[in-house]
Amino acid sequence: MATLKDATAIAGIGQTAFAKRLPESEKTLACRAILAALDDAGIAPSEVDGFASYTMEETDEVEVAKAIGAGDVTFFSKVGYGGGGSCATLGHLAAAIATGQASVGVAWRSRKRGSGPRPWKNTAVQLPTPAQWTRPYGLLRPADEIGMLARRYMHEYGATRDHLFNVALACRNRANQNPDAIMYDRPLTREMYMTSRWISEPLCLFDNCLETDGALACVIVAAERARDCRQKPVYLHSVAQGLPAQHHGMVNYWNDDPLTGPAWAAARQLWKQADFGPNDVHVAQIYDAFTPLVPLSLEGYGFCARGEGGAFTEGGALESGGRLPVNTGGGGLSEAYVHGFNLITEGVKQLRGTSTAQVPDAATCLVTAGEGVPTSAVLLRS
Amino acid sequence: MSLSDALLLPVTDEDGAPFWEYTARGELRVQACASPACGELRFPPRPCCPHCGSFASEWRLMSGRGRLWSYVIPHPPLLPAYAEQAPYNAVLVELADAPQIRLAGNVVASPDAPLNSVDPARLRIGAPVRAAFCPAGPSGSVTLVRWLLER
Repeated sequence: MATLKDATAIAGIGQTAFAKRLPESEKTLACRAILAALDDAGIAPSEVDGFASYTMEETDEVEVAKAIGAGDVTFFSKVGYGGGGSCATLGHLAAAIATGQASVGVAWRSRKRGSGPRPWKNTAVQLPTPAQWTRPYGLLRPADEIGMLARRYMHEYGATRDHLFNVALACRNRANQNPDAIMYDRPLTREMYMTSRWISEPLCLFDNCLETDGALACVIVAAERARDCRQKPVYLHSVAQGLPAQHHGMVNYWNDDPLTGPAWAAARQLWKQADFGPNDVHVAQIYDAFTPLVPLSLEGYGFCARGEGGAFTEGGALESGGRLPVNTGGGGLSEAYVHGFNLITEGVKQLRGTSTAQVPDAATCLVTAGEGVPTSAVLLRS
Repeated sequence: MSLSDALLLPVTDEDGAPFWEYTARGELRVQACASPACGELRFPPRPCCPHCGSFASEWRLMSGRGRLWSYVIPHPPLLPAYAEQAPYNAVLVELADAPQIRLAGNVVASPDAPLNSVDPARLRIGAPVRAAFCPAGPSGSVTLVRWLLER
């Protein structure tokens, strides 16, 4: 059977500034990030013939292709479920390129979530959740929906707010090393965390990701071509999407075991296709819209056993030099929240050796997408 | 109070509509497969049985008793009508008759009491609760299921 293993590589990455408010439009930001990624790769925009993004992306491929000057586009794809789609955009392009449907693929995300409206305030739009069963009762926001799972998780396994703080702190510490991060100059202390305002108990302010304006992009080409590009290739070793049996979206309250989410399904497929396992991952970028997603994902992707995700965070395990450094650019919690796309580009930086919190000799990186929602993940290797 | 200022009402669909028709009668019913060989409960409602593929379904009466599976206490920023009552509780109740069926709701002091009418300190995972029916919306157009702590 044909495989995507190492068949394609990320040849270029690009990003705009990140801020609470950027003056330019999402379309302009998208074009800037894409052109920066193409320039990084040394590939002309006229060579782009594939696009992939999120269904929630508001700049469509027609607008982007004509603005950047793409050629004939022969593959375009959108992946659903918000931040769950991030890594799948790479997977779709990898599949298209490996099967000859396109040769230069661009994945991107541009979002003015910092200065724009909060999606949950639009009550006319039914987000991809069975809203009639939850929203009238005041489960309005993703923080409320995930908070419900978080409290149950803490109850069943003895996970604590200190474990969630460990996640927030690791991200903030890495952001404090990254001049591009929104929280670059703002350290976090345990006292700040423990005394901060609640958003949805048991989740406090620092358990929630940032609200950011910004855009990012990746250029994907066949592995052979990537070796002739300007940058060191970062190979897509394994990619997977995950929608487990009887899953219900962000409000995954109705299957037998709500605490084993989509990460578990994506992980099974991801590792099945890979030449290495969790113990061989040097650095991980784990989707962190909310801190509890990190221990849940650590379990799902097999870094620890079920129920041990909280304890895994102890002793600086997620910090530089720890057992598994995570979110080394600061993640969604402290660099920027752009639906997880900055986790992908940070993974690339680690394997190029150019991260601001470089893990020495990092050669393998796991990047994950939104947990709780139908998700995706990618294993990168240099 | 204008509609946009009020608490949200369920936006029902074809699959879910019977649930709300029964709550209006003060009955808590859950969709079940009507195939005699199967009979499995399912929630949320859907067109066919994920266990056997049958399109025949019925709505089975529940006792209305359950236990708290989990809960959150939302704080602002929230939609205005919810912010007015914040912090309030939102809970998931596992039904005594079918623990794998969990219903979202609010624990309240009485069926029509506000969402913040019970001290959050009284909430515990595993606490027994029973269903109460609360007409909501213009002229009580929808009947929500809320939950009372069992003494």
